[in-house]
Amino acid sequence: MFIIVKPDKCTGCGNCVASCPYEAIDIASGIAFINEYCQLCKACMPVCPEGAIVEVDDSSQMTVDSLQFTDYKGMWVFAEQREGKAASVSYELLGIGRKLSDELGTELSAVLFGADDSEAGELIRWGADKVYLCSEPLLTKFNDDIYSELLSRLIRKYKPEIVLAGATTIGRSFIPRVAARLKTGLTADCTSLEIDKETKNLLQIRPAFGGNIMATILCPNRRPQMATVRPRVMKKGEHDAGKTGEIIHIEAANLISSTKVIDTIKEVSELTVNLHEANIIVAGGRGLGDVKGFKLLEELAGVMGGAIGASRAAVDEGWISYSHQVGQTGKTVCPKIYFACGISGAVQHLVGMQSSDIIIAINKNPDAPIFNVATFGIVGDLYKVIPLMIKKIKEAKGL
Amino acid sequence: MKIIVCIKQVPDTSEVRINPETNTLIREGVPSIINPFDLHAIEAGLQIKDKTGGKVTALTMGPPQAENALREAISMGADEAVLLTDRAFAGSDTWATAYTLAAAIKKLGADIIFCGKQAIDGDTAQVGPETAEFLNIPHIAYVRKIEKIQDGYLRVQRLMDDGYDIVESSLPVLLTVVKELNTPRLPSIKGKIAAKKAVIKKMGHSEIEADENNLGLKGSPTQVKNIFAPPKKSGRTMLEGTPEEQVNTLAEALRRAKCL
Repeated sequence: MFIIVKPDKCTGCGNCVASCPYEAIDIASGIAFINEYCQLCKACMPVCPEGAIVEVDDSSQMTVDSLQFTDYKGMWVFAEQREGKAASVSYELLGIGRKLSDELGTELSAVLFGADDSEAGELIRWGADKVYLCSEPLLTKFNDDIYSELLSRLIRKYKPEIVLAGATTIGRSFIPRVAARLKTGLTADCTSLEIDKETKNLLQIRPAFGGNIMATILCPNRRPQMATVRPRVMKKGEHDAGKTGEIIHIEAANLISSTKVIDTIKEVSELTVNLHEANIIVAGGRGLGDVKGFKLLEELAGVMGGAIGASRAAVDEGWISYSHQVGQTGKTVCPKIYFACGISGAVQHLVGMQSSDIIIAINKNPDAPIFNVATFGIVGDLYKVIPLMIKKIKEAKGL
Repeated sequence: MKIIVCIKQVPDTSEVRINPETNTLIREGVPSIINPFDLHAIEAGLQIKDKTGGKVTALTMGPPQAENALREAISMGADEAVLLTDRAFAGSDTWATAYTLAAAIKKLGADIIFCGKQAIDGDTAQVGPETAEFLNIPHIAYVRKIEKIQDGYLRVQRLMDDGYDIVESSLPVLLTVVKELNTPRLPSIKGKIAAKKAVIKKMGHSEIEADENNLGLKGSPTQVKNIFAPPKKSGRTMLEGTPEEQVNTLAEALRRAKCL
């Protein structure tokens, strides 16, 4: 798409120039002109009093040159593992991968590095037709160089049409290298994937500007089409205990690396499980008042089976470590339930959690912006409300 | 030690608001800033220079006004700044951006290249690793601590989802950094004067000897099809009554949503 100014309507008033975040509009010969720095944010469109700024969709130019791409077939998901077990995002990728490959009438394969046949079998039962498995111990620990090289080799050899990976620390670190090497496009952190009915292109939908807008991205002229997918957004597929498939064993010959993982240190206590994968997050902010507030939140997280999150304010106070920080300069999360306790809801925090399914906000201040994104809002003292909540949940769960 | 810090000038997204009627961005009066993660990248470069000596070069690709971000980097202590600006670069996606930055870095030469872990307008986190690939050097993403640098290699801590890894790499290397790494310094008076006087070196596609087919819109494998407003959240429910009543209502709602 493009944004253009209709010269017959433009009066040269300059309103659009001031509205543009990228200084992409100039006034030349009395009318506005959108230059090549346009980022398609559309900020200029509503400010034009004449309605002279319009969006032009030129997706006709984006049809796939199908002859060029007949070599590329099949849908791949990169199934990342930790300590030999496929991460839950791998099953989510198989869920969306199965759906899209059925639409395309193509095969779904998983690529698994550093795990064994039983894990590969599990990927098949969750939807994969095939698993490309490399069980070399070298691949147990994540290494950018080695993972990039091996995945690039496999893609070059087998030519999949689409490659999906989790938008996790691992996926976001090495998948860009693979895309750069293969001279193809990569869309980060997708929250929705569809197949274009006419062109069969992959429509890659992702948030931008901290979730303030959504963009649909295409990779029309290169293959494979690659995307990382945000964990916990896609639903897992169906588990079929009787499903069988093919496991293709891959050798890892001649892999060299300039980097070496010397040690892996876990900083996970019972309550600080991986925020990206947590179903339930109990997060605290400055409203906790002091570090002891997190003890209470840990108790709530304990009965709910959740992880602990924090606003930047709580991290800056030194009450909890940065690895718990949710928001623009921390982690982006989307659990099933997000408890925001004593968090006022600065935009920088909201962008990191507003796509959670259910947001429960507890705050003393009825005007706190957190209530604008909340599913359930409680105006009150969290030190009164949370103990009652813990009691209630314990009852409900028969603890 | 030659250090290059890649930075990006971005609109301050925390100031961006959506017009609820038209579902478009309202950006009037919103300042352009250095991407917050890049400030930590600049600081990381400056700390190495402070300890072991060397030169820190700030590098950005963007329209002419991105010069302001480079001057800010100089005010913090960067020795020089390079602006990649050329109409041919416009419309670049992450692939073309990384290709362009790498072409410039090849010209400039570097032992360590720092980037912020991602930019707050696009949030892709792709340009750093892609740039390293085009340079054919290793990268380490999400660096939260630099343990040591010596004899052509370094050792860092890489933040992972469930802890951290200790990773070693040979030099040259590209590191993307998280904010836990350091606290960016504020510009000094001396720095501000230097920033005012500094001559920003400008490079276009011919200076970096880039293949034009890999630049800008033409060199970008991905294209934006359309942009739309995120689906609205369904209405919120404020829970009324005593704390006991509020908690009871909440528990009931969670039970109905099969969350309890």
